Amino acid sequence: MQALALGLALFLVLTLALGLVRVVRGPTHADSMLAAQLFGTTGVGILLLLAEAMAMPALRDAALVLALLAVLAVVAFVRRDTP
Amino acid sequence: MTLLDAASAALLCAGALFFLAGTVGLLRFPDVHSRLHALTKVDNLGLGLLVAGLALQADSAPVVAKLVLVWLLALAAAATAAFLVASHARRGDE
Repeated sequence: MQALALGLALFLVLTLALGLVRVVRGPTHADSMLAAQLFGTTGVGILLLLAEAMAMPALRDAALVLALLAVLAVVAFVRRDTP
Repeated sequence: MTLLDAASAALLCAGALFFLAGTVGLLRFPDVHSRLHALTKVDNLGLGLLVAGLALQADSAPVVAKLVLVWLLALAAAATAAFLVASHARRGDE
């Protein structure tokens, strides 16, 4: 079961790397910012899987914080990029 | 492997597939609004399936409660971010 969780975490990292293509392609700032949203959600999933696989409950707290910080990044972007 | 383990593994794999679908949507959809739709719905459904799969293996109720809390916070965060990015993109179009 731990092997499955670790493998899925690795798989999610790969999908994250794939999502980076959108940052490069753009074309608008909002498109690139969507990748930050992707990192937030997928990162939370990775942390939860790792917490289970490596028996480190503290990672669940880290997931909670990451979920919060991901939306703050988007808020900061919208505030700054709005004319 | 018990039935619980099998159900948990199936939920985890389904969740990972939804994450893959979200990334494919982000890359393939034509504009900001449809990409938002792929990201904020499909990814959070995948996260919900992951949380369900992990909750089946959790040792105690507080752990399940925290997992559900993480998912609810991610849902609220995605809804807020989707609204903000969509209204920002719409202003840019006009």
